[in-house]
Amino acid sequence: MNAEEKKVLVEPLVDNNPITLQVLGICSALAVTSQMSTALIMSLALTTVTAFSSAGIAAIRNHVPSSVRIIAQMVIIASLVIVVDQLLKAFAYEVSKQLSVFVGLIITNCIVMGRAEAYAMKNPPWESFLDGIGNGLGYSLILISVAFVRELFGSGKLLGIDVLPLMKDGGWYVPNGLLLLPPSAFFLIGLLIWAIRTWKPKQVEQADFAIIPAHGEAH
Amino acid sequence: MSSSTESVKNPQEDKFAVWKEKANRYAQHVLALPNDSFEKTIAVALGLCLVGAVLVSGSAVALKSLQESNKSKDEKVNILEVAGLKTEGVNIDEAFKQIEPKIIDLATGNPVDNIDAKSFDQRKAAKDPAMSVTIPADEDIANIKRKAKYAKVYQVMEGGKIKALILPVNGYGLWSTMYGFIALEGDGETVIGLNLYDQAETPGLGGEVVNPKWKALWKGKKVYNLAKKDVHESNLSEKGQTIETGEVALGLVKGNVDPSKPGAEYQVDALAGATLTSRGVSNLIRYWMGKDGFGPYLAKIRSARG
Repeated sequence: MNAEEKKVLVEPLVDNNPITLQVLGICSALAVTSQMSTALIMSLALTTVTAFSSAGIAAIRNHVPSSVRIIAQMVIIASLVIVVDQLLKAFAYEVSKQLSVFVGLIITNCIVMGRAEAYAMKNPPWESFLDGIGNGLGYSLILISVAFVRELFGSGKLLGIDVLPLMKDGGWYVPNGLLLLPPSAFFLIGLLIWAIRTWKPKQVEQADFAIIPAHGEAH
Repeated sequence: MSSSTESVKNPQEDKFAVWKEKANRYAQHVLALPNDSFEKTIAVALGLCLVGAVLVSGSAVALKSLQESNKSKDEKVNILEVAGLKTEGVNIDEAFKQIEPKIIDLATGNPVDNIDAKSFDQRKAAKDPAMSVTIPADEDIANIKRKAKYAKVYQVMEGGKIKALILPVNGYGLWSTMYGFIALEGDGETVIGLNLYDQAETPGLGGEVVNPKWKALWKGKKVYNLAKKDVHESNLSEKGQTIETGEVALGLVKGNVDPSKPGAEYQVDALAGATLTSRGVSNLIRYWMGKDGFGPYLAKIRSARG
């Protein structure tokens, strides 16, 4: 594996994470992270779709008229998402019932579109495929960490197995109901972004313009 | 000479080869065009759509039988589960043999013979104008707008007697119409279980309707307030109704049900943090067990037992 291949695969994990740095794909990160199992399957589905759509788009990148390029990308992405949805319904029926509409909503996931537009339109298929896998894994990493916290402290379980005995069943743990609601994912992702930017200060954006003090000092 | 005999032998193949050659030449022509030319834009868009359509319809057709068998197996599992017949390692199809699907007329509660019970799909029928009725807004407590005229019920038979009944129910929660089955004992009033297998309520809150611990709370509860039967009977006969039934008393209550208090047999704990879903569940029980739902049918079952 050469340097470029390694870079596109590893960089999106932390250094260029689609959720915490590019701030894409937030909507599904809120919706499917109240349980680990749905987050895992969603991660798998999104990684597959991003990888194959990026590869497909990269293969035809030199022949896509720029006036219809977004539509052309959407056709490829949408077809792949439907195929993934059909496969889940055929081979993982239980999970497909839990994910319901969210698999279909991968079509509108900004990460898939973002990678198609930013990377696959300019790079060959194999690198684009790896870039898709890398970004899918970056998304998965955040999704699974958020789901871990939400499921563990929101319902005292992990992957549906009781970990913290709940008060209502005679245990000691009082679950935090807020963690089961979508806004809690915002808080968690915000904290994650804070933590990552403290660890890697390079990710902190420069202010677009300096604020001029309007009062005091100016004499 | 040889080419003419070949074309006589295989005119179709020959034609195909000509078309292939033409298509090839056209593809090369298109690919050579500048990307933003009008012709290339149309050709690329059409070509992509064609590929996408083949991919999507191909997967849909190829996987259809698998998906359908998943679906019917899932329904059987749901039915067995709600009736408490799904035990570890049981063969689904084998266990399903003791269950008999029956079509009944909801308005009268009588069995209907001219509809095939195997192929009848109540959810589809509820959308078909010829097979369904609109529910007047003031009666529509379960918020389902339409219902099928006929319902598919499942009877578990044992020694010629009805051991259990499994009835399909649906009603609106907070986000979604919840579909499920309620299983009653052969007496037509004691609950075996409630299984809302198709819902999209908030995971962890309203979605807890699928939690086995909560589902277990339903076992042994009573649907009808038959203790007050005398009062209700006289009320009903005054209005000229002949249905002999008590009021639907079963519903969810906030907090924990105290089993020592009177009326506990009609009460199930509401779901914490899911007021609207809980209300939806209460409403769907009230609707489907009432006179617009399975009330007439259940009254017949009860009176047949004496």
